[in-house]
Amino acid sequence: MDLFEYQGKSLFARVGVPVPQGRLATSPTFAGTAANELGGTVVVKAQVQVGGRGKAGGIKVADSPNAAEAAASEILGMDIKGHTVHSVWVEQASDIAAEYYASFTLDRSAKKHLAMVSAQGGVDIEGVAESDPDAVVKLHIDPVVGLADWQARELVYRARLEPTASRKAAAALKKLYEAFVSLDCDLVEVNPLILTGGGDIVALDAKVSLDANAFYRHPDFGEFEAAFPRDPIEAMAMEADLNFIKLDGDVGIIGNGAGLVMSTLDVVDLVGGRAANFLDVGGGAGADTITSALEVLTQDASVRSVLINIFGGITRCDLVAEGIIEALGRLDLPWPIVVRLDGTNATEGRAILAASSDERLVAAATMREAAEKAVEYAGGSG
Amino acid sequence: MAILIDESTRLLVQGLTGNEGQFHGFRNRDYGTNLVAGVTPGKGGTDLNGVPIFNTVAEAVEATAANTAMTFVPPPFAADAIMEAAASGIELVVAITEGIPAHDEARVYNYITQTSSTRLLGPNCPGLLSPGKANVGIMPPEIAMPGRVGVVSRSGTLTYQAVHELTMLGIGQSSCIGIGGDPVPGTSFVDVLALFQADGETDAIVMIGEIGGNAEEQAADFIEANVTKPVVSYIAGVTAPPGKKMGHAGAIISGGKGTAQAKMDALGSVGATVLDDPTEIGTAVQAVLR
Repeated sequence: MDLFEYQGKSLFARVGVPVPQGRLATSPTFAGTAANELGGTVVVKAQVQVGGRGKAGGIKVADSPNAAEAAASEILGMDIKGHTVHSVWVEQASDIAAEYYASFTLDRSAKKHLAMVSAQGGVDIEGVAESDPDAVVKLHIDPVVGLADWQARELVYRARLEPTASRKAAAALKKLYEAFVSLDCDLVEVNPLILTGGGDIVALDAKVSLDANAFYRHPDFGEFEAAFPRDPIEAMAMEADLNFIKLDGDVGIIGNGAGLVMSTLDVVDLVGGRAANFLDVGGGAGADTITSALEVLTQDASVRSVLINIFGGITRCDLVAEGIIEALGRLDLPWPIVVRLDGTNATEGRAILAASSDERLVAAATMREAAEKAVEYAGGSG
Repeated sequence: MAILIDESTRLLVQGLTGNEGQFHGFRNRDYGTNLVAGVTPGKGGTDLNGVPIFNTVAEAVEATAANTAMTFVPPPFAADAIMEAAASGIELVVAITEGIPAHDEARVYNYITQTSSTRLLGPNCPGLLSPGKANVGIMPPEIAMPGRVGVVSRSGTLTYQAVHELTMLGIGQSSCIGIGGDPVPGTSFVDVLALFQADGETDAIVMIGEIGGNAEEQAADFIEANVTKPVVSYIAGVTAPPGKKMGHAGAIISGGKGTAQAKMDALGSVGATVLDDPTEIGTAVQAVLR
């Protein structure tokens, strides 16, 4: 789960990584007040869960409360790569002597933690990594041992950060790593991590992604999630514990297992259609889950036909069929529903559907046939 | 021969007395798997349908010579359970549990590779099936039939889909292995490809991948250097929307890898048959076996 910058910085502060003073504002007036309280020059920064906001004009320097208010009114409501800006972070401007890059993440192929540090932070770090790979120092960390002191020093010296700041930089890396592990982050990235004119190391940005599987260890993380803007259909799906992503086609998709659902989208595309969504009911879905999934699709006006593709393992096809029948009776479902059932209790499931005389139900024997029929009902190849 | 599990498998289930452990543990036994023990701390000394329950894995191994463990322990306790099994000399741990924190997985993987010779399959995997011999996990065994094609997949339900396509055409399987889709799988495509290549009862390999990570690209490199048997592959997620990733770290590591197209290109360039339709897996295998 990707955090807003201000949320990430609150976690940095928790482990003792220096961050500038700042305030969150959801209106230009509040931004002006925040600038007044902070005093001096401030930076007004769009809070969005996506990178590239600087280039998009989502970061502005303001030298007075009035200027901060004006900057906020420009930034609030802005669209940055499909993300609407609902809040800005107003923080004291920093005295920047150098801009570094630092990150901790999991390297899947090495199966170890990976630290990356560069003296050329601030700008296009992916470009730096590509044109001058040596400028980004990489070091693997054994998750059993953790980041050793000598490794933190090695990162600082090999990346050629300012020598007079090496102790503070190594200490900051240790703290960022502590945040990465103790707060169960998938990613901790600071770009830029700055050296101030006074010789301090400060995190000027924070890209933190949390591991949702570890939330049981961090009950306070729920409040981060509560601050995220949520599409009403996605919110409804989340409430029902369904994994739902809105897409731009007209064939509604329901399936079990992320791999099978992704594959269903691919086959729909292959036969000339476009999926309206990705909806994974997960393993062991009962009748209620299927009913809820169909209910979620009723909220999407672009859906013109629905394809239910189930291969039962833990999931039982008879329960899936019961859920469909229940939904047909209880909800106003305006589209044809093509159903493909295989695996655990598929025979029982197909019998339940065959016993219904509902004209909206269309049985399909294979995944390919199901995709073809669903695309045809949605209005044919496009 | 089959790989990883067969008639010599002596299965222990961590969490056998729980709902899922019981349902799948005994479904595995009904299939013919030799289920020898259950482990539930606090319930040692009892038995469940004739299977003795122990407090610790070490005790169970001593008493029953169990060599394979299947874990249904909930996420907060799963990492501990896997390490216990490894420390007790279990050869293969199959971790079905879904939702283990990534940092726990990374610690467990490095701990067991450094301190034991235990192989971990999963976590968050459907387990494995050697048709006609043994079933350890949650795969519905009725869709499989004994034969000479090895199947390996990151996705549970797509494994079933692939096996189903083969069986419908009368093509049997030597072993079907679900490696799981978590960030730190204990067993990778490369590990399983090596086992199938060495297996005298496997003639061809079906490999099902999906977007994300670079395990499929690594598999392609391995196939080029080491695999002489025909490989049929399918990668899910060609039309999946690009993830809303905000950091640069992932992009720097992957360097353009990870998309379905990159994976398909990598596999195609080393001679694998690459399909864009999973329903053609059966006919494609038929073609390479001819």
